[in-house]
Amino acid sequence: MIEIFRNPHYDFIGKRKWAYLASLVITLIGLISLAVQGLRYDIDFTGGTLVQLRFEEKPSIQKIRASLTAAGFGESVIQEFGESREYIIRVPLGSTTPEQVGRRVEQALAADPSLGKHEIRRVEFVGPQVGKDLQWQAIYAVLAGMVGILLYIALRFDLKGGVAAVVAVFHDVIVCLGAISLTHREFSLPVLAALLTIIGYSVNDTIVAYDRLRENRGKYGARGRNFAEQMNDAVNQTLSRTVLTSLTTFMSTVILLIFGGKVLEDFAFVLFIGIITGTYSTTYVAAALVVDWTYYVEGRVRRAKKAVAKA
Amino acid sequence: MPKYLGWRVGLVLAVVAVSCWYLYPPRRTINLGLDLQGGIHLVLGVETDKAIAAHVDRAAADIKSALERKGVAVARVAREGNATITAQLASPQSWNDAITVTNDYSTFERRNADQAAGRFQLALSEREQRRLGDDFVRQAVETIRNRVDQFGVAEPTITRQGDDRVLIQLPGIQDPERAKALIGKTALLEFKLVDDRTPVEAALAGQLPDTSEIIYQRRTDKDTKTERRTPYVVHKRALLTGAELTRAEVQADPNSPGNWQVAIEFNPVGTRIFGEVTEQNVGKQLAIILDGNLYSAPNINERIPGGRAVITGKFSIDEARDLAIVLRAGALPAPVAILEERTVGPSLGADSVRQGMIAIVASAAIVFLFMVVYYRLSGFIADVALGLNLLILLACMAAFGATLTLPGIAGIALTIGMAVDTNILIFERIREELRVGKTPRSAIDAGFSRALRTIIDTHVTVLVTAAILYNFGTGPVKGFAVSLFVGLSASLFTAVFFTRLIFDVVYMGRRKLQAISI
Repeated sequence: MIEIFRNPHYDFIGKRKWAYLASLVITLIGLISLAVQGLRYDIDFTGGTLVQLRFEEKPSIQKIRASLTAAGFGESVIQEFGESREYIIRVPLGSTTPEQVGRRVEQALAADPSLGKHEIRRVEFVGPQVGKDLQWQAIYAVLAGMVGILLYIALRFDLKGGVAAVVAVFHDVIVCLGAISLTHREFSLPVLAALLTIIGYSVNDTIVAYDRLRENRGKYGARGRNFAEQMNDAVNQTLSRTVLTSLTTFMSTVILLIFGGKVLEDFAFVLFIGIITGTYSTTYVAAALVVDWTYYVEGRVRRAKKAVAKA
Repeated sequence: MPKYLGWRVGLVLAVVAVSCWYLYPPRRTINLGLDLQGGIHLVLGVETDKAIAAHVDRAAADIKSALERKGVAVARVAREGNATITAQLASPQSWNDAITVTNDYSTFERRNADQAAGRFQLALSEREQRRLGDDFVRQAVETIRNRVDQFGVAEPTITRQGDDRVLIQLPGIQDPERAKALIGKTALLEFKLVDDRTPVEAALAGQLPDTSEIIYQRRTDKDTKTERRTPYVVHKRALLTGAELTRAEVQADPNSPGNWQVAIEFNPVGTRIFGEVTEQNVGKQLAIILDGNLYSAPNINERIPGGRAVITGKFSIDEARDLAIVLRAGALPAPVAILEERTVGPSLGADSVRQGMIAIVASAAIVFLFMVVYYRLSGFIADVALGLNLLILLACMAAFGATLTLPGIAGIALTIGMAVDTNILIFERIREELRVGKTPRSAIDAGFSRALRTIIDTHVTVLVTAAILYNFGTGPVKGFAVSLFVGLSASLFTAVFFTRLIFDVVYMGRRKLQAISI
């Protein structure tokens, strides 16, 4: 029988002060990056036009830019796409007939013989209203997801657990967004989908630990152990499951990242980061917060009792 | 023997059979999304405001002539804003008559009535505006569906989205520009008399009677690609519109070889009006106007009794065919604007399918391998369960007519990773029970029952997120949510029910159970 851990007794919860520091630093880095560089939104969210083309012989970006500028699309962003002779051209909204921009870009490129033969592989146009709607819908979806999770956990376990789980989820979202911002990736619809998956994944992990804690509390072994120790036991008892699951999901994600092609790359990247932070945040954000919150409440109760006794 | 074994085996076999039935043959049962097979995705906004304004304009003209028939002298009846008509009577004495007339227009509410000044306003009620807008959008969906059907596209999707949007997906379309022109054209065909009393020069200089307007004839020279615009002065009132059409056919243009024209035929009402109009206006020009463009303005030489006419305009065969389609399918009740458009070439779709398949096969393979190495026979059982999970997932997609998109494939890949979590939870639990010294049999029992509560909790929370995703999502995100939702539901069945069944068959049936391969 292969086993990763046999009756592990690591002191996870005891080291939570260091973890708080680490979490704070990482979220701060993420927040600073978000504040300074911001997020680059895909046209799904900003509106605009995207043209993806594949050339027979790869021309330089300058050449493409020259023919686009001549046609009046000087503001467009030109990017190499994938490993081969593909480019993506993005034109921001602005002209009076934005829905015809794709066609005019195609014509401008076709009119320049020095660019060589090319094939138009994809043209996307998103109008300003659609983009704006989507931005709101995205924020709404993330918030609604968190509220749903909070309610479910508060109902099945307790309010502290629910709040701590949502804080953990929030932590994961910030870390993922920070990673997108730091690596200059784009926030697109698939990235949003990945982010929402991570929310589900992170909370999944957290629930496994809570469930174990609840199960242990009624049992013989929990007696005589303080709350931090009980939580630590729960984390240790579910450790091999946590590591195994993270490992399999992680492997799937890595393969998506390697083989999924350019289209799935950003999606897989967010999952990649999210699985790491999601596994971490279960113990060091959710579980740790529940422990400290419980102690805080107990401390207040004790002080209140003392005050009553004195009086 | 374990309980209900026969029933449980039966249920699993039934699920497998139904899944296979839905999936056969796979090429035809699974819809590929536009990102996988190429095609065009359009979101159109129906500009209901403009159509409501046009509706109010018509009502204003109606009210004006009704007032005049009643002998009320009118200074002005015109639309103000989008849905309000302002009426100014020539004198306040005919106030009561005017009020009686307007009482017939019950969808309008009278406001700001000022009897002394002989002025009042009629506003279209909010409810009526909403009802009209709703009608317009519904009609637009119908009309677009008609056009697409006549154009001939396999498996188009045309649905209403939200209040005033129409989603159109046309897989495998080769010429997106043509499809867009066909769908987006308002196709309002109007017949108006040319105003022969107002010279064009005077009209361009601004001396235009209230009842007339300038309309241009646009002709693009095929060789030089330059556009020529010829102005015409026509009476504003349309004598006849495309609503009275019954037929529209493509014909060779006898006067200009190589070009095509569209022959139209009116219904009985249209035929009667057309006959009267041509009889009363012999010697004048009748302008044929489509979407504000004048196509031709032939002279009326005599009364035309049969209700037939032709629209010429040096059309190519495709242009003529598309024009005939939009005329037959009818005009859109309101102009539409393109809000979102995504065109994917077929080669990109094929590449995406290839890459997506490689990714999903590879990620499944590594998970399968890992499970067998780590849990041996039990891992193999979990792998069979995973395979069943995939089968059910694909069958559900076929049954719902769901579309498999690229993010959808990613969702499936992810489901594989997460479905295996359920089995890991159970197996780790069984190992734990074995470690504390339980017999294999009771370890299996305890492992499954203890893990079940956790499994249900984790599944429900992720299902909640998937449901939220589905509700909020558009196209691609929705596809992802569907595969996540179905995959997780299937994993409850396969990882818990099915795995337990196999464990029961393999282990529990034996009289003496020494060890489990886990």
